[in-house]
Amino acid sequence: MRIGDFRASYAHDESLWPTRVQRAWLGVLALALIAFPFGANGYQVSLACMLGIHVIAAAGLNIMTGYTGLISLGHAAFMGVGCYTAAWFAQRGVPFFATLPLAGATAALLGMVVGLPSLRIKGLYLAVATLATQFLVVYVFREWDSVTGGVRGVNVPNASLGGFELLNDQRMYFLIAPVAVALLVAARNLFRTRVGRAFIAIRDKDISAEVLGIHLLRYKLAAFAIGSFYAGVAGALLGYFYRAMTPEYFTLQLSIFYLAAIIVGGLGSMLGTILGAVFMTLVPELLRGVVAGIAQWAPRATEILSPVQQVVFGLLIVGFLVFEPHGLLEIWRRVRRTFHLWPFRA
Amino acid sequence: MPVADAPLLQVDGIELAFGGIKALSGVSLAARRGEITAVIGPNGAGKTSLFNAISGFYKPQQGRVVFEGCDITRESPSRRAALGLARTFQNVALFRGMTVLDNIKLGGHTRLAANPLTAMWYLGAARREEIALRREIERDVIDLLEIDHVRHLPVAALSYGLQKRVELARALAMRPKLLMLDEPVAGMNREETEDMARFILDIQEERGISVLLIEHDMGLVMDIANHVSVLNFGQVIGEGTPAEVRANPEVVRAYLGSTVAAAVPA
Amino acid sequence: MSGSAFDWIALAEYSAIGLLSGGLLALIALGFVLIYKGTGVINFAMGEFMMLGAYFFYTANVMWRLPTLVALAITLAAVALVAALIERTVLRPLAGQPVISVLMATIGLASALHGGVDAVWGGANLEMPALLPRKPFTVGEILVPGQVVWSFVLAATIITAFTLYFRFSKTGVAMRAAASDPITAYVLGIDVRRTQALTWIFAGMVGAVAGIVVASMTSLSPALGGAALGVLAVIILGGLDSIAGAIVAGLIVGLIESLTAGYLGGKVRDIVPYVTVLVILLVRPYGLFGTRQIERL
Repeated sequence: MRIGDFRASYAHDESLWPTRVQRAWLGVLALALIAFPFGANGYQVSLACMLGIHVIAAAGLNIMTGYTGLISLGHAAFMGVGCYTAAWFAQRGVPFFATLPLAGATAALLGMVVGLPSLRIKGLYLAVATLATQFLVVYVFREWDSVTGGVRGVNVPNASLGGFELLNDQRMYFLIAPVAVALLVAARNLFRTRVGRAFIAIRDKDISAEVLGIHLLRYKLAAFAIGSFYAGVAGALLGYFYRAMTPEYFTLQLSIFYLAAIIVGGLGSMLGTILGAVFMTLVPELLRGVVAGIAQWAPRATEILSPVQQVVFGLLIVGFLVFEPHGLLEIWRRVRRTFHLWPFRA
Repeated sequence: MPVADAPLLQVDGIELAFGGIKALSGVSLAARRGEITAVIGPNGAGKTSLFNAISGFYKPQQGRVVFEGCDITRESPSRRAALGLARTFQNVALFRGMTVLDNIKLGGHTRLAANPLTAMWYLGAARREEIALRREIERDVIDLLEIDHVRHLPVAALSYGLQKRVELARALAMRPKLLMLDEPVAGMNREETEDMARFILDIQEERGISVLLIEHDMGLVMDIANHVSVLNFGQVIGEGTPAEVRANPEVVRAYLGSTVAAAVPA
Repeated sequence: MSGSAFDWIALAEYSAIGLLSGGLLALIALGFVLIYKGTGVINFAMGEFMMLGAYFFYTANVMWRLPTLVALAITLAAVALVAALIERTVLRPLAGQPVISVLMATIGLASALHGGVDAVWGGANLEMPALLPRKPFTVGEILVPGQVVWSFVLAATIITAFTLYFRFSKTGVAMRAAASDPITAYVLGIDVRRTQALTWIFAGMVGAVAGIVVASMTSLSPALGGAALGVLAVIILGGLDSIAGAIVAGLIVGLIESLTAGYLGGKVRDIVPYVTVLVILLVRPYGLFGTRQIERL
């Protein structure tokens, strides 16, 4: 039960985690995150790394689509741009703390180029424009041999910082986790300021937003650029994680994967982003486990893993949109409410 | 004429047409500083179209909009907001995904300076201006409009009357020079209307903000307006003090039809 | 004759083939436009309707060895059923939701249908029977493959039939009314829910026919689902809500595709529609015949 929760200053009221219990849980979470790789096995650590990457990418997409209402079907393409950029610089010996921002910046730049014509018209057209961009960018990945290695792909050297190399997943974890946490907090902070509020205003009623003095095109471009930046960083981390990358990874299916993540988790919420990313990271693993389990009775099952994944993602998107449009976040909030009000009923 | 006498907002000879439909023909209007000016007229007379032309959403084919002596006819809506023009909408145009407080804070958008980078870092400049804005809104707006008890609620959870009040609060947070209210008491009961009238008068008297409002509620208009303009079929058919306008035969005819108008003693 | 003489014959051939294959594009675009006009949504699952049509037909005609016309009838009925089911279970609950939600629902649907077909029939290329006569048409020195010509004839017939239907039949007019102003239509006694279901059924059947034709001209594989996305260029160029626009744009895009394929090679052909979309959005976003959106304040 939540009692004794009062605020004595506006500053306190404005803070992200105002109650002492919340701050305690936060501390526990921080300790758990730090201790995790020492207690977990290799598989779990690599899963955690993937989760971190998914969280960053989903956060970017949520900023664009969930908070600002700009539908992007090309998120995977921006990740690819970030990945290849990072690879290009890493091959020339640039340390990771420089390649990551560069990857993000390149992706953000592309985002603004795509956004400029498309953001002046209705949302449906933006969706189509990002879809076209998705296909075009992948085409460029396949054809631009000199930079991207074409269809064969590219090798990414180990992430390094002045000689210290991140050779294994455990070390990568300590790169990915802090970056993910930092970017998540940064994203949440956006929405404590006028920038984030403007984004939401644009989503809800852009005419009202204009009357309040919000320059629509400028802010839409900003949302697009920030979202693409996050995608670029996630893509770069992906490249470092797999140490190699081909264009086949950054397909429309991946873009749909992230859309599913933010719809399932909860549009317009960073907690929703985390919930969605966790869910979507575990679902393929679960499916893989199920398929492996029934493989003895249905030998063809392993072949159809990929299409079954597609079916599941599609049904998840549709199911959540129809039955729980606010996503897992809403379910989480209901549970929290029950705990806060216990022993009274919600 | 001395400059101090010049009206805050001057609309001259606005011609506005959509395809074949003429919404406004030669409409001229003045909103004087420190006064409450009302625009009335039957449904479809062009009142909201006039507001949209002043806000900058419709570009008139002819005519000028002059605000504080500057011609703003070519300016964008967001630019006009920065110059001191605030407005509310006929259908409440609040942002349903946000709380009351966040909606009101958006009124202060043009006066803040955070950009994406400072916003993401938050500590420092962004945090300071946020808390300062919060303090100012609580003091100047939330207290005045008596909405402190709902400040953290999502606007979708509020009653219609409260939503309209929040929209007014948001417009106030823009620290406007001219407040344009499109049917501020539409759909309200007697008590809510009286509350709103009191708020509008407080805004005018205590804050010195000039008000331009569209309204159908004649009681409200007669009570609080200093000056009234009457529109019908896109033209101004009468203007003056509330008493003058009420006695104007053209106005009576527009509202009640010519047979009744003929029966009204002059 | 000097070696640098311009090859008019090739140009004429590419142009003819382009214009004629544009007929099929216009047919697929018709499916998009029907749903957009009827429900205000871009149906990202259009390609999957094509896929379903082709695979159902394959099952009936090749796997169960039913005669062509019977297989076609079964296919159309099955696709109609699927479309009606989708409209009832997915689109109707989402009625009134923001466009963004419905859009994402069709995207999810597309993904689910795509995976479903891939899982059931497998990802391999399958051979469809040649449904259209192959005999080429020759006009002077210009040679046009028979299938291209007949696909154009088929598309033109179907589009004409639909245009007449919407113009003159009672149901057709009711559908147009419901699309334009559902509330007034409802008040006038038109069963708006039924017309919306019909819209989806028609779009599904149109897609199915187009899918069968495309598959019989190329090959049958799950990649068919992605083919419709290229048609987005057509509907953007034509204007999202204009059937006439879809026709004209179909011909134009078909022409552009054929010319680029002819002069720049086959690989470039794949991305032509996407480049076209971006160019159109830059220059004339509402397309040739689309109505410019005016929002009521």
